[in-house]
Amino acid sequence: MSNQTESILAQAKNKRNLKRQNTVQVFGYILVWLCGIIAVAVVFWIIGYVLSQGLGVINLEFLTTKPAGGVSGEGGMSTTIVTTLYLVILTIVIATPLGVGAAIYLVEYAGDASRESKLVAFLVKAARTGVEILAGVPSIIFGLFGFALFVSYLKLGFSLLSASLSGAALILPTIIRTSEEALHTVPRSYREGSLSLGATKWHTVFNVVLPSAIPGIVTGIVLSVGRIIAETAIFWVTLGGSYYLPKTIMNSGRSMALHVYMLASETRAFDKAMGTASILIIIIILLNLSINILSRSLTARMIGNE
Amino acid sequence: MDIDANCEKFQVENLSVYYDDFRALNNITLPIKCNQITSIIGPSGCGKSTFLRAFNRMNDLIPHVSSEGRIIKDTQDICDIDIVALRKSVGMIFQRPNPFPKSIFENVAFGPKAHGVKAMVELEDIVEKSLRLSALWDEVKDRLDKSALSLSGGQQQRLCIARALAVNPDVLLMDEPASALDPIASLKIEDLMQDLKSQVTIIIVTHNMQQAARASDFTAFFNMDEDRAGYLVEHGETARIFTFPGEKLTENYISGRFG
Ligand SMILES: Nc1ncnc2c1ncn2[C@@H]1O[C@H](COP(=O)(O)OP(=O)(O)OP(=O)(O)O)[C@@H](O)[C@H]1O
Ligand SMILES: [Mg+2]
Repeated sequence: MSNQTESILAQAKNKRNLKRQNTVQVFGYILVWLCGIIAVAVVFWIIGYVLSQGLGVINLEFLTTKPAGGVSGEGGMSTTIVTTLYLVILTIVIATPLGVGAAIYLVEYAGDASRESKLVAFLVKAARTGVEILAGVPSIIFGLFGFALFVSYLKLGFSLLSASLSGAALILPTIIRTSEEALHTVPRSYREGSLSLGATKWHTVFNVVLPSAIPGIVTGIVLSVGRIIAETAIFWVTLGGSYYLPKTIMNSGRSMALHVYMLASETRAFDKAMGTASILIIIIILLNLSINILSRSLTARMIGNE
Repeated sequence: MDIDANCEKFQVENLSVYYDDFRALNNITLPIKCNQITSIIGPSGCGKSTFLRAFNRMNDLIPHVSSEGRIIKDTQDICDIDIVALRKSVGMIFQRPNPFPKSIFENVAFGPKAHGVKAMVELEDIVEKSLRLSALWDEVKDRLDKSALSLSGGQQQRLCIARALAVNPDVLLMDEPASALDPIASLKIEDLMQDLKSQVTIIIVTHNMQQAARASDFTAFFNMDEDRAGYLVEHGETARIFTFPGEKLTENYISGRFG
């Protein structure tokens, strides 16, 4: 009898507990949703504001004429689009081989090398820590470093080359880390399959591991492209700001982000700054969409159900 | 091909393998007959995979592995054979099919390419020959350029066998090659092993007693001692081991009383 009551009581208590858990769940759910909505709303508000201010000045003429300089901010933005493109290409061309190479070393070779020598183990550890730290360093620090080393000491001046070298230093940690992750996700069974056929480690890395890691590596590169397009401070002190189109890599130039900054801070053409910013935002959005599509299609092609 | 009944492909002599201080295999001595199928059976963790990986020195890839004793292949200690040449002549099939995320053709051509074969005609020839050997040709001949990952599990495993055969090995090591496959695909692998016998010596690890009994000529039974070190309980012709096991332990294991 008393046993029964006890069990009934216990059941009731269980139910109450369940109910309380449910309320907590629902509350948590709503909270998470709210946070999500607020975050998205803020982003849309900013983008909406910039576009509403900027889209008015955008037309074919704005896109295809050169900036005219001066405090009135006359002219369009054509040269800044091309300069941005140059900057992105040159930076990626410098940073990708270095970054991917470093990642390959860290993932595929550093382990064995570290076991063989204490010094190598220490250096590898230092390199890993260095990459971690560099990833968190503000871009202006890279800018100052680039200014001191490339612009002044190596006498490369304010130029595409100085800017790309500094930009490469800025994105290297990202490329190294995303490539490392991509290499880590390549199954060990691929490596074993290749090695068991008598393929050398080198052959295995370049013909099996690296191709399988390409989607991840490409994602890291595209992320870095976004970073180069968006950064301002670092290029302010390395690229200079000339609104002429650079003819060689030794010329100064002005990226779109830099153009926005200079229009906003040095001219009265706030609407043109917003116009340029709108183009910038649209490019960044397209870039992010392309990451999704690109990595999905690369992965699909690998799995073979394209 | 004339098969010498007494020819020994491998002679394993007093082999012990350690992971750091842990002894995974203790003093194994075992001959492996040429052009025969030898199955390795025993409870989980007794070191079957470790044993198999000793033959193509895949254990060398794992840090902190050391070994004692030696394995003679034909007449040479495998440690004296160039690692590339050794792995070329001793192919390995893994528990889970592991084709590369490349086309069927590229998978089979991978080994020959790694060893310097460049001429397309020659590669096509090798690919066809290997796929025919692994009984996969008719199923894939029209889609050699399709991804290997689009094949079924059983086909993938036979593709891996073709990939191994493409470098012309005289030994195939198989670590539970059918454990991830359905019974039909598994039987196909067994048939294939019989077909390949004339060309290669096969060592197969299996948990499936019927498979060992059906498919192999020789059986070696491993067990673990109190320290979890694997040792060889007995070995011999499969028919003998399964009908008149020399040890009570073997009888208990193959009748499913432990393991
Ligand atoms: N990389 C490794 N590092 C350390 N110990 C290992 C490693 N690989 C295997 N071992 C140990 O060595 C022993 C034998 O392992 P092995 O994989 O050879 O057994 P197995 O007989 O193949 O088992 P199973 O039937 O489950 O596949 C086990 O105790 C295992 O824990
Ligand atoms: Mg095993």
